[in-house]
Amino acid sequence: MTPPLPNGKRRWPARLATVPFLCRRSPRLLLVGRCFGRGARRNGRGVGVTRPLPPLLALLLLALVAAPLVAVALRGAGVSLGPADWLGPADWLGPADWLGPADWAAVRFTVTQALLSSLVATALAVPVARALARRRFFGRGLLVTLMGAPFLLPAVVAVLGLLSVFGRSGLLNSGLSALGLPPVSIFGLQGVLLAHVFLNLPLAVRMILQGWLSIPAERVRLAQSLGFGPAETLRHLEAPMLREVLPGVALVILVICLTSFAVVLTLGGGPAATTIELAIYQAVRFDFDLARAARLAGVQVVICAAAALAAWVLVRPAGFGAGVDRQVPLPAPGGWRRGADGVALTGATLFLILPLLAVALRGLPGLVDLPPSVLPAALRSVMVALISATLTTAAALVLALAAARRPSALVEAAATLPLATSGLVLGTGLFLIVQPFMPPSRLALPVTVVVNSALTLPFLYRILLPQTRALHADYGRLADSLGLQSWPRLRWLALPRLARPLGFGAGIAAALSMGDLGAIALFAADRQATLPLVIQQLTGAYRLEAAAAASLILVTLSFALFWACDAGGRRASA
Amino acid sequence: MLQLDRLTLRAGDFTLSANWTAEVGQKIAVMGPSGAGKSTLLSAIAGFLPPAEGHTRWQGSDLAAVPPGERPVTILFQDQNLFPHLTVAQNLGLGLRPDLRLAASDNTRITAALQSTGLEGLGSRRPAQLSGGQASRAALARALLRARPILMLDEPFAALGPALRAEMLALVSEVAGKTGALVLMVTHDPSDAQALGGNTVFVADGVAHPPKETKALFSDPPPALRAYLGPK
Repeated sequence: MTPPLPNGKRRWPARLATVPFLCRRSPRLLLVGRCFGRGARRNGRGVGVTRPLPPLLALLLLALVAAPLVAVALRGAGVSLGPADWLGPADWLGPADWLGPADWAAVRFTVTQALLSSLVATALAVPVARALARRRFFGRGLLVTLMGAPFLLPAVVAVLGLLSVFGRSGLLNSGLSALGLPPVSIFGLQGVLLAHVFLNLPLAVRMILQGWLSIPAERVRLAQSLGFGPAETLRHLEAPMLREVLPGVALVILVICLTSFAVVLTLGGGPAATTIELAIYQAVRFDFDLARAARLAGVQVVICAAAALAAWVLVRPAGFGAGVDRQVPLPAPGGWRRGADGVALTGATLFLILPLLAVALRGLPGLVDLPPSVLPAALRSVMVALISATLTTAAALVLALAAARRPSALVEAAATLPLATSGLVLGTGLFLIVQPFMPPSRLALPVTVVVNSALTLPFLYRILLPQTRALHADYGRLADSLGLQSWPRLRWLALPRLARPLGFGAGIAAALSMGDLGAIALFAADRQATLPLVIQQLTGAYRLEAAAAASLILVTLSFALFWACDAGGRRASA
Repeated sequence: MLQLDRLTLRAGDFTLSANWTAEVGQKIAVMGPSGAGKSTLLSAIAGFLPPAEGHTRWQGSDLAAVPPGERPVTILFQDQNLFPHLTVAQNLGLGLRPDLRLAASDNTRITAALQSTGLEGLGSRRPAQLSGGQASRAALARALLRARPILMLDEPFAALGPALRAEMLALVSEVAGKTGALVLMVTHDPSDAQALGGNTVFVADGVAHPPKETKALFSDPPPALRAYLGPK
């Protein structure tokens, strides 16, 4: 016999050791085995407990996204959910009526503007990224940070800024008229392109910059030792990298522009410049033609799914917060190239900063005289942002932790499917579901929370997944061997170790949700308007001072939310 | 009694079989060439790798359905035996209660375990503030608190110098003595196996051979072990 432990309690009596835990475990294991098949425990990852929460959550999320899509599909095919306006089988529409000429025009314009936006933004980003990659100057770090900001900049604010510079009475047209030249219009295709380039150029620059910085230092040294000039460097180092990086960059921007709504709502419109998203909005809001909205939404889903799938396959993560410095500096040729780099950097900086500056200058005086709708809308927006950020972050964490333990097609599908949809598509579907039972405007804010959560989930999942995988690889076995499961595992392992990416992700989700204008436009009556909607309405009414003042509040709140979450995560991880 | 009953483990092309028993209180070194499957054997007993065939039994009960945290086992890995974001005391506390809702009596036990492993007063430190030897001591202190009847060590002292390693082996014997545990320790060094005393399991060519008395085994090694040990 062995001597007892210091206080003799909880001493493991060797002969009886297995009995208690066998008894405690078996009922649940039995249940798990029944629910999820025999494969669950025998997949090379050892004896683990399959927890029902992640698959249930994944199913719930799938249902959340799939239900609106089903509603859209049914209605698009002529079936009505509501008893009030049951169409009946006689109203089944033939293929010829399925999409009208105006709908086809919307499909064409959607694809055209997205392709052009993506090509122009990508092409313009190359010289800027190259200049950033090979030059060192005062403020370079700041400029790279600035390039990260528009990802979180609400589109309504960008539109307002562009109107201030390029609009009817903006800087550009004032200058042109002073020179006696005819004014240029910011509305229509060119305006949509301008706004999309403005919003996506920084993202493209950062992604391409990553490409430049990922050229292996050995290859750069080899090129230098071989005496490569700029032309050889381009041919042997830069061109191969660009060939690899650019398709992905263009695709990501394409996907973003396909579902862009706020930009087109203000700068597009009319038969020549209506996207599918805008046509959906008009069909619901003005014509109340829900069947048409549903058909358009169906087309939008098909296009988005194809583009998102292509992007998913081809694109590597952009690395929002990745480093920007390397050990071996790239060769920085002098002469005219130096000048060209300077022009690219100055041009891009001015293009990005002037509109924002214009909003700031215009908005500051207006802050003392805000329209009464602004502050309640700001409060609603903050609530929506906080709730949807919390929901998304929690859901993404559960899914990412589960996927790190055990790859699951169900989880992956739940975290990917939202990419094939858009705010207006999900909004239309939810509108169709809600409308037979109550006035949709009553659910405007809950619907916005749901849609925002669903749409930000794929981003958060991708941010968290590498981190949960590393956590599992480093501490999964130790935690398992200590019996650290469920809440204690979350409390003592996942939350403290993942605080940083969780804070960052929650910040992104909050800022995106704060600035988003999508589903809310379909649902909201005046009493539920969020701040982006109010800004859009003020801009549409050409009350630009008031819109700029409200934009200042929106931008400040968005970045404050991002900063608070991100900083909170950093502090908690210390 | 730990019984490996015609146990076969598979991972890809790799196969390892074992068919032997070990008694409570035995001290067994596990030796063999790299890649022979020493860690795999420990992983399977700890519950991280389900057997392809056969059974792992403890006191007659099959462990197949028992998750790692509930097995009668404490395992020390090669590294990362402590959570870096928790204090040493919290890391020890996890061995008593995974939810860390520690009663005053639990804290008394933690303090006692720190004391008996030479870590007095270091409970509030983070693992990064410990030396390699102190980190190993902390992991052993937790093993002492958990007091599970099987203590497995997967080369946790490989990164330590010879003097420290000898110290740790002494501490292992002490902990095993206090808890009455069966010890299974992977090592590359024959002198470690001899210092541990007791028996040695030699793992080679897909087989974990039954434990033999270490002294006898080394004085007349079979050909595979002779090849592994090299010329004297």
